[in-house]
Amino acid sequence: MTTGGFALTGLSVRPSQVWGAVRLVPLVRDQPIAGLRLDRRVYEAGDPSIVDVGDGTVYRSYIPHAFVATWSQGTEPSAAFGTQLQERPATPRGAKAQTGARAIRRMARRTAPGRLRFLPLHLAMEGYLALHFGGPTTVWEEWTDTAVRHGLSPRVEEAYCGAQVRGLADALRAFEIHPGQCGVALYVADALAGVFVVPHPADYRALHTTLLEDMYGEVLFHYTTYVAGVPDYSAAIDADCVASFADLRREAARQSLDWAHFHDSAMADGLLHEGTYTYEHIYRMGEFTLSRMLPSFRLNEENHIGELISGPGGELAYCKTFRLSPTQAKRGYLLSRLHEHSWDLLATAQALGTEPSQLTHRIEAAGFTGLLRQDVVDRLARTGRRDDAPPGDGRSR
Amino acid sequence: MERREWVACEDTLLFVNAAVTSTGQREFRDSEQAQHMSLAFLHEYMLGNYRELYAASLALDVNDHNAALIVRHLLVSSRDLAPAVRRREGALIARRLQVMAPQRVYRLFRELARLGVNNRRTRAIMREWIAQRPDPAFDAVKYRGAVKATVRHAHLSAQGETGPFLFAPLRRMKGFDTPLFESWRQAHYAASALYDLPYTVAEGFAARHRVPRPEFLRRITPNLTRVERLRLQGSAERLKVDEVRTDLGTMPLTRLASYVLALPREVRARRHDELHAAMTAAARRVAGDAVGRWGHVVAVLDDSFSSFGSTAKPQRPLAVALACHYLLKALAGSYASFWTSGAPDPLMVRPSGPTGLGDRLIDALELRPERLVVVSDGWDNAPPGLAAEVLRVWRARLDPAGSTSMVHLNPVYDADDFGVKRLGPGIPTVGVRDAEDVPTLVELARFAEGRSGFDELNRYLAARQEQFLAEGKAS
Repeated sequence: MTTGGFALTGLSVRPSQVWGAVRLVPLVRDQPIAGLRLDRRVYEAGDPSIVDVGDGTVYRSYIPHAFVATWSQGTEPSAAFGTQLQERPATPRGAKAQTGARAIRRMARRTAPGRLRFLPLHLAMEGYLALHFGGPTTVWEEWTDTAVRHGLSPRVEEAYCGAQVRGLADALRAFEIHPGQCGVALYVADALAGVFVVPHPADYRALHTTLLEDMYGEVLFHYTTYVAGVPDYSAAIDADCVASFADLRREAARQSLDWAHFHDSAMADGLLHEGTYTYEHIYRMGEFTLSRMLPSFRLNEENHIGELISGPGGELAYCKTFRLSPTQAKRGYLLSRLHEHSWDLLATAQALGTEPSQLTHRIEAAGFTGLLRQDVVDRLARTGRRDDAPPGDGRSR
Repeated sequence: MERREWVACEDTLLFVNAAVTSTGQREFRDSEQAQHMSLAFLHEYMLGNYRELYAASLALDVNDHNAALIVRHLLVSSRDLAPAVRRREGALIARRLQVMAPQRVYRLFRELARLGVNNRRTRAIMREWIAQRPDPAFDAVKYRGAVKATVRHAHLSAQGETGPFLFAPLRRMKGFDTPLFESWRQAHYAASALYDLPYTVAEGFAARHRVPRPEFLRRITPNLTRVERLRLQGSAERLKVDEVRTDLGTMPLTRLASYVLALPREVRARRHDELHAAMTAAARRVAGDAVGRWGHVVAVLDDSFSSFGSTAKPQRPLAVALACHYLLKALAGSYASFWTSGAPDPLMVRPSGPTGLGDRLIDALELRPERLVVVSDGWDNAPPGLAAEVLRVWRARLDPAGSTSMVHLNPVYDADDFGVKRLGPGIPTVGVRDAEDVPTLVELARFAEGRSGFDELNRYLAARQEQFLAEGKAS
């Protein structure tokens, strides 16, 4: 596990294309990543599947497809798109023979030498769901038996399917893919919804439409219903600077650079300028590493979780991020703070600059019910009322 | 110019642009419903506010879909019109129906029947149009259902055997003297009779008699129309029927461009010289006397992904751009063109990539052409708005004298904006559906620029009407 920042290494930004409230920013590679390709395996849509995490834990989720990463081993050259002999993909028709919910073994699983099947965004999501999943590490008297024995189970989070995000389908259809494009940054009402990067332009072309089947945070779903359209970042040339065609050409080129600068410094700021992501390495494929990242859960700021494959030189070969909603970020924040203080309620409350009674309210308001013993909560509420605040104030929080 | 006149001028151009481009089909960015709704509004608006200008647009290059809509709207009511205006409208309608494809006219007649439009004027127009058809028996066979509906709706008397042919049940038909009717009757029972019939009718009988497709194509070839022949090129080649093969150079320019783009790129590469020669010949035929008269022309052509159009009109915007390329080459003294993707060979273009018009415009303007033509759907997105900025700055700083005239031809109707999408203010934009109309559309562009007044537009429209009606009398 390591901590560090996140950067779109090896990718450059091209002018965005806007459709209603959706803005798509193309990410272009000069050179495709050698030795790694992505493909997709389609599962039956609409039917929630059960995923075996591997340590006895299982979870149930909507899974439209899996990605298959193929990497070249040793000296064998990486085949160009279309010339590769690929195993027949499991089509929905083939999957019909199974009855009931399908069980998928492990989220990242080696299917053949040099080939890994993983569920997009699920690595990231699972990382977030499993955050301090075990519950209290020290058995303080405030925590219930259930919390100590079973941890936070069952843990539930909600996300919206891209098809339900208004205008996203049209935006993806009308989007004009740039030559050499290997990724996209997706904005809804100019809030960053996610970044999607693949190793090769041909992979991107094939996987462009899967953005519609991805999951998106609740905030973005609501933003599309509030915002009718976002403005284009229009070019503006100062006529006084132009005296010849060379000047005009230079000014025109500057427009793209200005946009790229603006994008990285302002629009993707929430993702790119948090320096304290926690990376967990999941799988090593030759010289590539599949890992997931968790943010430091900053309150009132953007928080993105994600999964990525990085190359030997640190270049980003694959990446998918998910923007947490404020309540989700709050949950992560509370769990992290509790964990930092070994789940000691008093110490955590002190560190957060609040009262223990208020902290219990925050924990319950965040959706973690049944963790704290009711008598403790009541006692803390009474003390809080008597000592510090006028009657009734403790509960109205 | 008075404000009222200025508005009228704008509205007319807006409508003409819409009526030239939109066919009520799905576009890259609009659904079919959006196109229909937007167009329906424009038609009602024009009919209510500028009925004479609305009728006059029949003399312009509006497409058949819109011409049929205009005729329908005009025929629904003419109660409050002065006799002279009514006569003029009638003449324009009759003339327009003459140049329209017959199947479209019959569709219009059926639509009028469905709406219950059966005033004296409508019946007279139907009667006169049917009377001037060169071969009534052929029409009766090829468009049997439509002819039947029209005859019934307009209370026409069917001449000779047409009456029994249209209305008698098949079992009571004991034989006709008209050869085409007789073939049609026999084709119900014998496969040998169907080769005298028009292709579309024969195709149904061939399916009924289970005639093998290659044999059917081989024998029906003499009855194919020009466009049917073009449409069958691909399938005839697959079935190895050589009879259908034709000289592509005789085909209409834009249709030919669509045909070329529908071919796989390997085939285009293999038949490159043949296709190039055919496109050049078709373009020269359209250019006519004006070959080489346009001076130094530079074109910027859009082959971005959006030029794919939609499945309803596949690659139409790209086909228009390709046809324009060849037409402009024929019209120009010296010519250069730039595709947005940077494709070097126009015959190998395919719709892909973003629309980076700005950079291509700089390339084009640097050649200092007399005339700059842009063919694009107007969605300039890499970066957005650069084309407008380049043109603005270039006009202000590098070409203040206006030595280059420019026009933007847009093949796509934007339903939300009720018009064709403009590149920017001050850039004359006109809609285009067929590259064949480009020479006349370029004239219209000077009104779009806003430099010419309403009187001039009226004079222009009057001249076009006179010319349009005169052509009818001459033919």
